[in-house]
Amino acid sequence: MDFSFDVFLAAIPSLLKGMVITAKIAALSALVGLVLGTLGGLARVSPRRVLRLPALVYVTLMRATPVLVTLLFLYYGLPSAGLLLDATTVGVIALGITNGAYMSEILRGGIESIDGGQMRAARALGMSYPLAMRRIVLPQAARRVLPPVTNELISLIKNTSLVSTVAISDLLRAGMDFMSWKANTFSPFAGVALGYLLLTLPLIAINAWLEKRYRVT
Amino acid sequence: MTLPHAPILRITNLHKRYGDVEVLHGIDLAVQAGEVVVVIGPSGSGKSSLLACVNFLEPFHAGEVVFDGRPVGYGPAGGAMRQRVPEQALNLLRRELGMVFQQFNLFPHLTVLQNVTEAPIHVKGIAPAVARAEAMVLLDKVGLANKADSYPRALSGGQQQRIAIARALAMRPKLMLFDEVTSSLDPELKGEVLRVMRALAEEGMTMLVVTHELGFAREVADRVVFMEQGRIVEIGTPEAMFTAPQSARTREFLQASQHG
Repeated sequence: MDFSFDVFLAAIPSLLKGMVITAKIAALSALVGLVLGTLGGLARVSPRRVLRLPALVYVTLMRATPVLVTLLFLYYGLPSAGLLLDATTVGVIALGITNGAYMSEILRGGIESIDGGQMRAARALGMSYPLAMRRIVLPQAARRVLPPVTNELISLIKNTSLVSTVAISDLLRAGMDFMSWKANTFSPFAGVALGYLLLTLPLIAINAWLEKRYRVT
Repeated sequence: MTLPHAPILRITNLHKRYGDVEVLHGIDLAVQAGEVVVVIGPSGSGKSSLLACVNFLEPFHAGEVVFDGRPVGYGPAGGAMRQRVPEQALNLLRRELGMVFQQFNLFPHLTVLQNVTEAPIHVKGIAPAVARAEAMVLLDKVGLANKADSYPRALSGGQQQRIAIARALAMRPKLMLFDEVTSSLDPELKGEVLRVMRALAEEGMTMLVVTHELGFAREVADRVVFMEQGRIVEIGTPEAMFTAPQSARTREFLQASQHG
């Protein structure tokens, strides 16, 4: 055990910088994931096959591919296709589209868990399908998917560590750099682990607050 | 005798299948404005499927439903030529067709008052304050004005069903469809719902009611329809149907129901 409190303290500034980058990538890819997940989930339950089918292909493809593979595929593949994007953007895309596929399935499950009588009652009142979805089904589904969505977002935060493989100085990369520099493993990594914990705690708190506020019926 | 008005609802030769099973074998039925038509018959006779076709919650395979002069589901050209009525036209029709379900289907994330005002505000675009005032009148009518701020889960089944009736009435429908609305209620809760329906009938609301409550059919209906195996066996006034049924099947059903 080579833990040194001095090394731990000395690592904090560079770890904090890494944390900011990790937080940024996590936030951006969560945004992409939530948008894609909402669209994907709605498309998966759509009465129209032209929407259902592409969504199914997207979800199947993205869930079958390891995020790391998607990330490296885009990182090395896009330039050879003539598209030069910076590493952070590639990271956000890879994490976002993967996360979106999982979010789609969570939302689909949530929507399908709502009794069909709700949609029938809404339509019988003259609501259009989109209006019934927005006003009646989605608000109920949202409550039910809150815990799995939180789970997925926590996974996403931790999966951002994969971008350290494509030359991004995220929290993990900052810790690894510090480790090599100081030839000390435990101290910076204790900081790295703590950093991820600090990033996920607010999510857990928000989830708990939302669940209490919109109690599931 | 000629009828003074065209019927508000005319169902002609309606056929419906679920997969290969035909559940409606050519139903013909017309409902006049102000009339209360009660459909009775054994379970699986197609009564509920018939109601679901009237507001096109379920598609049908042949025949015609015309509500207030407008086709429901499919345009006037029948057979292979038939064309779907545009979704928008269907939504407009449904505003005028109130429906109450066996399972209430209240919106659990909304309060009682919000359940009633939801469609007037978001479908019809009525000002929220006006919609709320009208909703309170309806809630008072079903005896639940004091529950306006409760959530449905806090209410008994009978109370929930009365709210569901108020919710449908809030759209000021021209025809109310009742689909076995007391079937999932405990016996002691059926009465309060039937009382609300009776009051509605006395006010002149046009109603098409599917029910197992023969007492209600006998006392409230203008005409009773007996259905079996996807066909209408007999239509008549309650007196005729209950005292001198024409068909042997009707007789058997009524006898079995009254003693069972």
